[in-house]
Amino acid sequence: MTTETLPKQENADSALGVHVKGYIERVKGGELGALPAVLGLVILCVVFSILRPAFLSAVNFANLFTQGAAVAVIAMGLIFVLLLGEIDLSAGFASGVCAAVLAVLLTLQGWPWYLAVLAAMATGAVIGLVLGSLVAKLGIPSFVVTLAAFLAFQGVVLLLVKDGTNISIRDETILAIANKNVPPAIGWAALVVGVAAYAAIQVLQARRRTARGLVSTPMAVIAARVATLAVVAGFAVYVLNLERSRNAAIVSLKGVPIVVPLIVILLIVWTFVLRRTAYGRHIYAVGGNAEAARRAGINVDRIRISAFVICSFMASIGGIIAASRANSVDPNTGGSNVLLFAVGAAVIGGTSLFGGKGRALDALLGGAVVAVIENGMGLMGYSAGVKFVVTGSVLLLAAGVDALSRKRAAATGRR
Amino acid sequence: MSQGPILELRGINKSFGPVQVLHDVAFSAYPGEVTALVGDNGAGKSTLVKCIGGIHPIDSGEYFFEGERVHVSGPRDAAALGVEIVYQDLALCDNLDIVQNMFLGRERRNGLVLDEDTMEEMAAKTLAGLSVRTVKSLRQQVSSLSGGQRQTVAIAKAVLWNSKVVILDEPTAALGVAQTAQVLELVRRLADKGLAVVLISHNMNDVFAVSDRIAALYLGRMAAQVKASEVTHAQVVELITSGRSGELGLKNGNGAAS
Repeated sequence: MTTETLPKQENADSALGVHVKGYIERVKGGELGALPAVLGLVILCVVFSILRPAFLSAVNFANLFTQGAAVAVIAMGLIFVLLLGEIDLSAGFASGVCAAVLAVLLTLQGWPWYLAVLAAMATGAVIGLVLGSLVAKLGIPSFVVTLAAFLAFQGVVLLLVKDGTNISIRDETILAIANKNVPPAIGWAALVVGVAAYAAIQVLQARRRTARGLVSTPMAVIAARVATLAVVAGFAVYVLNLERSRNAAIVSLKGVPIVVPLIVILLIVWTFVLRRTAYGRHIYAVGGNAEAARRAGINVDRIRISAFVICSFMASIGGIIAASRANSVDPNTGGSNVLLFAVGAAVIGGTSLFGGKGRALDALLGGAVVAVIENGMGLMGYSAGVKFVVTGSVLLLAAGVDALSRKRAAATGRR
Repeated sequence: MSQGPILELRGINKSFGPVQVLHDVAFSAYPGEVTALVGDNGAGKSTLVKCIGGIHPIDSGEYFFEGERVHVSGPRDAAALGVEIVYQDLALCDNLDIVQNMFLGRERRNGLVLDEDTMEEMAAKTLAGLSVRTVKSLRQQVSSLSGGQRQTVAIAKAVLWNSKVVILDEPTAALGVAQTAQVLELVRRLADKGLAVVLISHNMNDVFAVSDRIAALYLGRMAAQVKASEVTHAQVVELITSGRSGELGLKNGNGAAS
């Protein structure tokens, strides 16, 4: 391989070929990326829609989003911790604590919703600061710190909601997050703007790189990406804009649930942070080789702490969404399977448990898989027991794929 | 050769607790030359390099850079002077690509956003300046590179910052024959570009292949610093193993340098 170092412009055809070949090579070399999650999602959807046609109904489609939202948001935060090769077992109950703080302030203390939301988010950030400091400064393994916090936060939720009662949420704004929809016209408009913006950014970037004589993404690949986004998102908006109400004459129920644009915004923000800022680069560096990062002058402790802050902060948003969906907060909010589903979502989506590999998008892909399993098996009438066993198996499968792809990468000299 | 040394150490002493690792060591590196630093295991090569790089503070002695007396109290000071060390374990992040690794911790930014294009251009220019032709794409992950290519990236990373002194700690230790030749060629090119290169090595063939000067450490003392053309293979081995060789070297096992 004695190719030139200086990237030279190639004509469009061969550039496309190189791009596709590079991708196939990466997959063969063990970098599966989003492939397993996307394939799994397609297979699950096909199987469930054959077995239970109700799975494909517009009502159920909307349900999938609101069911999976909290887990996906928590998973998005968890990815920051997983990127460092750490784990946060307390993220589920951290979201419970933040939801309880929200409920207590909102319902019992009568605070306005925005102050209560701010307080809940601040609670999340402080939790992350404490956990991160214990891990980074004291050097306690994150597994132990967050396991302790998992137990303790369970207690805190119980204390906040006064031993087993539940606090209902009546604030219209908070309830709207998971229960109200964006008007269909606005949904379509946002879709068009979003796809156009994505296309513009991609094309401008490619143009700029070509102008500077750097290798740029071939136009065909960009077109394929934009088309995929337009089709997938367009299909989702179309289905969500269908009438879902059993009796449309009495009350109309259509449009994208408000929680969806919220998640899309979070996805864009965190993707930007991870891929386009020095801070994001340093997160990957610490996850890949902490010693190299330290020698490069990166403050490793600060990166560690900040990742835990982001994780718990995102957990607080997940808690708010969960509270909105349940219309109340009880001692089990953020408990039982929430954390495991969130970790599962991240790993199924392609984030490595060994650190250094993962994207914010993984949380959504994996979250979708988890939500589809939960939802589809519920429709099939399986008991909670079977659902847990299946979801657990899928998590194990995803972790297995992760470990195997690492082995494969080592064998092909990619690690 | 008319130039004086860019880096000069005089009378360096360094102890770790009760163990004195460096005794009154003098060392110089010249621009445009490769200075090999040789010595047996435990002779103090790594300690000396870490003192130069500011990782270990020196107990006593003088540190001159470009003729000026300087105080180096941390890696940042050394980097600010233009001294870069390429460690044996390379300190690269496998999960990042070549450009990302070369700019790690010193990323170029446009406001908040990383300026990937400028970084890629600078990286390409640096690698081209070193006549590196073995790398397929600057955007491939370091995990997919061979040992020699990794060494190349680590060296290019050190050169990127207009550094004046580059110290290489056993750059060929883990490499095969062909890759060793590539890296040695690169080392020579660095010196030809006017940098002062310090090469730590155990391998006499490598040392004689590229060095202009050879500095031999023996039990924490500088046995001799000589021109490579004025000594033989056997003499250097003798300096390493016993601290002296004929007229060269320490007068006795623990005495002062000649």
